[in-house]
Amino acid sequence: MTRLSPVLHLRPLALAGLLLLMSGCAIQPWVKPYERDRLADPIMAWNRDAISAAYLDHIRESREASRGATGGAGGGCGCN
Amino acid sequence: MVTALLLVRATSADVLPDDRADIFYSKYSGGGMDITGKSVLVRKKVTENLAVEANYYVDTVSGASIDALSNASVIKDERKQKSGTVEYLHDKTTYSLSFINSAERDYISNTTHFSLSQDMFGDLTTLTLGWSYTRDQVGENEGSAFLPNVKWLGHAESQSYDVGVSQILTKNFIAGLTLEVITDNGYLANPYRQIRYLDDTPLGYSLASQVYPDTRTSTAVQGQAKYYLPYRAAVTGSYRYFRDTWGVTANTYELDYTHPLSNIWIFEGRLRYYKQGHASFYADTFPFADSQNFMARDQDLAESDNNTIGAKVTYAFLPDGWKIFKRGTATLDISRIQFRYLDFRGALYEPLATEPNYHFDANVFQIYMSLFF
Repeated sequence: MTRLSPVLHLRPLALAGLLLLMSGCAIQPWVKPYERDRLADPIMAWNRDAISAAYLDHIRESREASRGATGGAGGGCGCN
Repeated sequence: MVTALLLVRATSADVLPDDRADIFYSKYSGGGMDITGKSVLVRKKVTENLAVEANYYVDTVSGASIDALSNASVIKDERKQKSGTVEYLHDKTTYSLSFINSAERDYISNTTHFSLSQDMFGDLTTLTLGWSYTRDQVGENEGSAFLPNVKWLGHAESQSYDVGVSQILTKNFIAGLTLEVITDNGYLANPYRQIRYLDDTPLGYSLASQVYPDTRTSTAVQGQAKYYLPYRAAVTGSYRYFRDTWGVTANTYELDYTHPLSNIWIFEGRLRYYKQGHASFYADTFPFADSQNFMARDQDLAESDNNTIGAKVTYAFLPDGWKIFKRGTATLDISRIQFRYLDFRGALYEPLATEPNYHFDANVFQIYMSLFF
């Protein structure tokens, strides 16, 4: 029985990946631009007020050990 | 404690946000501290593809937290933070570069931040990548609040890497996932905290300096989802998991409800619950002096939880614009936070080991006005 080389083994995988990428490029948006009026409403914004969000993050980071992945923070120590 | 970061924002590409000017006032009261904050922000598009933003923030601290009170005098200090951001939009990609400087009498922090945000798949997906570098100079005021004598102790450096995806799932539903890894090295301890260890003195214990590792790496992952309800209102839920090489793990849960009334008012209510375990080298009392390589008694590293209840109301004015302004909003935001520590005792008055675990409530008040032009 002929064994496929490791490179040939990877070929179907690479082909599938390539097809996926090509289909990704051709993805048709399932939510059409004219259907996004609700998403464009200001109440759907992740963060409406940058200063306020940074301020609340700074308070939390000064009192908690955890940090990061919240999308914003302030500087400084909060040592006192 | 120390994190000096950025103004990362998952800006939706294609169009840069509106020009705006904000003025902001805040007051925090709780745990023996009063902090008043004032801020001004201006954002202006130079061209359709290029925007600049400047922010100036000042906060004034008076009082001191419980563990600073255990070994230091009352503190009065001011922190000034200046930041500048340039954003450039090219096709469906937004590039953002920020510089932030934060200065206190005993702490100076400088951050450079770069991020890019890319819309893809028919603008249903936004991918954001960010990187920042921070260098802090850490000092200790060995004088008094009114006659300071700052001794500089060392530097701390920090690098942060974040990646985030925001995905439109249906015409009513959007979700996001963010991962951020932060690495620190240098002087990472808080000089105003001290450990206590048991001995034969009349008090039963003595105080000594904290000893921290000089490196730390943390990982945080946050998932969030926002849903537009069958009537005009939105509900947001988020969860964050955190862990670091100091042995701290933490979970954060948040729920937010936004309800507009006509086009003039927006009401918002939010609940947040946070819980963390203690750092591996934290203890409220150590059995004897130098009992471990690393020792901390900073309340931020203790096992604790806190919950927040908050309300916010936004009033929209100038619906038809006025002179150069297209519209304006005024916002009032009030929160109450209950902090509870599970292995940090309020070591001020009681004899050793009979002190209750420390807890306190804080009130946070914000009022601000935004003008869009």
